[in-house]
Amino acid sequence: MRVTVRLFARLRDIAGSGEMMREAPAGANVGAVWSSLVSEFPEFSAYEKSISCAVNADYSRFSAAVADGDEIAFLPPVSGG
Amino acid sequence: MLVRLKPDSTEIMQALTAITTAPLDHDALVKALDVSGIGAVATFIGLVRDNNLGKRVLHLEYEAYEPLALRGLDLIVTEAHERWPSVRLAIHHRIGRMEIGEASVAIAAASPHRADAFAASRYAIERIKQIVPIWKHEYFDGGDVWIEGATADPDNAEAREKALRIACA
Repeated sequence: MRVTVRLFARLRDIAGSGEMMREAPAGANVGAVWSSLVSEFPEFSAYEKSISCAVNADYSRFSAAVADGDEIAFLPPVSGG
Repeated sequence: MLVRLKPDSTEIMQALTAITTAPLDHDALVKALDVSGIGAVATFIGLVRDNNLGKRVLHLEYEAYEPLALRGLDLIVTEAHERWPSVRLAIHHRIGRMEIGEASVAIAAASPHRADAFAASRYAIERIKQIVPIWKHEYFDGGDVWIEGATADPDNAEAREKALRIACA
């Protein structure tokens, strides 16, 4: 299946893009999508403990299953205000 | 039928919560609350500061995951309503490039009594810093850096308790 990955702030800078399509195996969860991104962009590993995620613009967990066409967002620690 | 992809700035400023690239209008924010007959309005305006951690800041660029950021602001309004049922809260956050002294966030809390208005506005800014997916990119004298604060998790009860404690201190 194919998912849309959204990246923000420093993650976007590291990856060179804020939006990308990626293949994920059937039954994959958000954590599996993240792990493959860490393989692709080793600097992401620094965010292992501080990253948040969202599926289709709703906060989610690494254990959540992903479906074909989902938008998976990875959010470094926030700094609004 | 008139169809617009994006609301114009007037519509944004009439909404209780907004993520916008337009300069923030504090008066419009208060008007959005309909404060007629109410006893108190507390407002908080966050401005771009000219220094951070000993460095001279030149300007900031804010980025948001807009749909989730808007949901985050709505969640904060809901949480504040649970804690202070008489308070009406409005929050507008600006994104994009901002110069020193410009307003990045504006909060207005209307309440029959001042204590709840102050507390709810303080709660709102603390929660924004905890759970709303917005990031500041700081351009300072000699470089630039993404500021990284809190790991965003709206279900983190400890963080919410901390915001409530600060608000009620």
